[in-house]
Amino acid sequence: MIPELGHFALILAACVALLLSTLPLLGAHQGRREWLVLARPAAQAMFLLVSVSIAALAWSFYTNDFSVTYVAEHSNSVLPTMYRLAAVWGGHEGSLLLWLFMLAGWTFAVAQRSRTLDEAMVARVLGVLGLVSTGLMLFVLLTSNPFARLIPAVEEGRDLNPMLQDPGLVFHPPLLYMGYVGFSVAFAFAIAALLSGRLDAAWARWSRPWTTLAWIFLTLGIMLGSWWAYYTLGWGGWWFWDPVENASFMPWLIGTALLHSLAVTEKRGSFKSWTVLLAIGAFSLSLLGTFLVRSGVLTSVHAFATDPRRGVFILILLALVIGSSLALFAWRAPKVALGGAFGLFSRESLLLVGNVLLVVACASVLLGTLYPLIIDALGLGKISVGPPYFNAVFVPLMVPVVLLLGAVPLARWKTAEAREMASRLWGPAVVAVLAGGIVPWLMGGWTLLTGLGMLLAGWVASSTVLQVARRLKAGTPPISFWGMHLAHFGIAVFVIGVTLVGGYQEEKDVRMAPGDTSLVGGHMFKFMGVREVPGPNYTAARGEFQVSKDGRPGRTLFPEKRTYRSSTMPMTNAAIDPGITRDVYVSLGEPLEAGAWAVRVYYKPFVEWIWLGCLLMALGGVMAVADRRYRLRVKSSAAVAATGLRRATT
Amino acid sequence: MKLKFLVPLALFFVLVAFLAVGLQRDPREVPSPLINKAAPLFKVPQVQLADKTFSPVDMQGKVWMLNVFASWCVACKVEHPLLVQLQQSQIVPLVGLDYKDTRPAALKFLSQNGDPYDLAAFDGDGRVGIDYGVYGVPETFIIDKKGVIRHKQIGPITPEALEKTILPLLDKLKKET
Repeated sequence: MIPELGHFALILAACVALLLSTLPLLGAHQGRREWLVLARPAAQAMFLLVSVSIAALAWSFYTNDFSVTYVAEHSNSVLPTMYRLAAVWGGHEGSLLLWLFMLAGWTFAVAQRSRTLDEAMVARVLGVLGLVSTGLMLFVLLTSNPFARLIPAVEEGRDLNPMLQDPGLVFHPPLLYMGYVGFSVAFAFAIAALLSGRLDAAWARWSRPWTTLAWIFLTLGIMLGSWWAYYTLGWGGWWFWDPVENASFMPWLIGTALLHSLAVTEKRGSFKSWTVLLAIGAFSLSLLGTFLVRSGVLTSVHAFATDPRRGVFILILLALVIGSSLALFAWRAPKVALGGAFGLFSRESLLLVGNVLLVVACASVLLGTLYPLIIDALGLGKISVGPPYFNAVFVPLMVPVVLLLGAVPLARWKTAEAREMASRLWGPAVVAVLAGGIVPWLMGGWTLLTGLGMLLAGWVASSTVLQVARRLKAGTPPISFWGMHLAHFGIAVFVIGVTLVGGYQEEKDVRMAPGDTSLVGGHMFKFMGVREVPGPNYTAARGEFQVSKDGRPGRTLFPEKRTYRSSTMPMTNAAIDPGITRDVYVSLGEPLEAGAWAVRVYYKPFVEWIWLGCLLMALGGVMAVADRRYRLRVKSSAAVAATGLRRATT
Repeated sequence: MKLKFLVPLALFFVLVAFLAVGLQRDPREVPSPLINKAAPLFKVPQVQLADKTFSPVDMQGKVWMLNVFASWCVACKVEHPLLVQLQQSQIVPLVGLDYKDTRPAALKFLSQNGDPYDLAAFDGDGRVGIDYGVYGVPETFIIDKKGVIRHKQIGPITPEALEKTILPLLDKLKKET
């Protein structure tokens, strides 16, 4: 009964979405107020219905209702409750329902937080979100219904993929989807602005906090995914340039460009059509990512079941949404007035250079991701593109971006004085050169890459600190100022982590019998043996390793090799002793003869800084969103617009 | 309408075209370099009659299928009924290659699940499998009258693959001289 209720709620939600995507848009177009006021209640109803739907699915998981096919395939009665609930998004159908839930949530949030915006604008924005929702809901209902019954029911479910039985599953997909889907708001604002022809500073000001919010979630989502791969899956690295990782990284790159471009559009009125294009691009890449992950056109570590029917449906959806947006762009953008003029050397021009570099970097990732598919489609053979391509192309593109990042906040709008900037930047330049020259040498050997990495990190960190110090002399800066600099400082921290772990990590594959020791990165590992340990739904071979450094005993690590009862697939759970300056990491390989095991031991200096840097970036975003100036200004400008509309309608 | 504003749309359509073509293809299917090459020769004992040997030379002039199987392979059990059915219809000589297995286990497997093979060659240490580029069991090779590999089925033979690919190909190959 409950699953049918969920299914029915979803069908109703699709009807409401259809209503939301037609009447308010038409109403805004024809100036019919009685139609456009429907937008807000429809958005609220849609969110309520989708919530009921996902709650029904969660309930089916909670009560182990194995008469629901999706539950039977992704759960098991001995699965711990936390994972039983997270299993809602552990497979294709449920993760799409989560996608929809997020979309409905963002739509609801826009409906609630836009009371001060002009009614026609709200109707258009919500209407565009309704259109996207309609498409996705039809996709779920027609090709991927999570509520399909399995008759006769099975006694026991197949269980969740052991790789997913981790706290990472609880947080990573929802955060990532929040970010992915969140760009739909910026997209809807851009389309609404194109439709109304009102691409002005007010539009940019409304879009900014929403874009930043989505960007924060995406940053955290990608960070958690990377951290999950590193910690639990025992992959040993933090980024693999896997198609699915790239699918989440591309919207991030464009989203980052969009954040900066929106700032220019708001403050100076320039880059309007460029900003609109980025807003369309960020969401298009989110949709493209969904397509790549869900259709199985690419091989990936995120192996999902493939069904060509689904691929075709979502490709058509993709073509309709993105194609019509870009067509609208081609039609309307030429009429957009140029904004404030700026000099060849100004904050605007420098931001534009950074923006273009980010877009090119994204294009290079897109090319690398799709290259195997393109070559295959042209009948030229089967190839795969790996990290060497991405490192060779992506890194050189990001170097100038990071260099710009240290300098641009000092540049003035309209025209920047090169001499004035140089006089302020020689300090950071000296710090950068010192950092690049000395730190790698202290870490155990200078190489070109580590030198460059530390130079960039030193440059950004010192320039950021200097700017904050200078600003503090002039009084308390607004919180968004802190946000920007914290995020930039996060980049420096991130670069340090990437550079040092890339340059100085050590890894050893050794055969160890109980009592054997192994020395990696100055840490002594003593293997104490392996015991059988039962878990809730698995049995584990648990190894014990005593770690010591310079004779001082440290932590004892317990890596596991788990065998889940419901599937015979063994899972490796690495054991990690994390630290600010280094992680040590042990994972069990295969058992060898006479109690000996193949063991992999890693020493990873400063690897935690990678995620710390991402956290700082996200925190910077939070501070930028928290700036009160936005809300006040939105209110005042919207109030003017609202009176304007009222006058027009009466 | 200025042309430069149409560039994103044009690029997007090129992308969609590639995605549409890409959808029709399976990225997991790696083409075997052995297609259209002579089947590697070997000479190994048979499973059922240990004193007799088998070599692809024995099949010269016939279109035949080489099915790599093993008693430890679960997917082989899935395709097995289909092989038994195929053998009953007498369309094509079917030779098994028992890969990385022991003879008693293989005999037990064949007696329990039915023996679809004209004969089965025994490749206990997997040497023949290496020559044939076997990386997953089951795999099935279709070899023509001249001893050239014409098709490789990766994974279990499905009724669909049998109907759409294998049977038409066998018909075609039998007509070749």
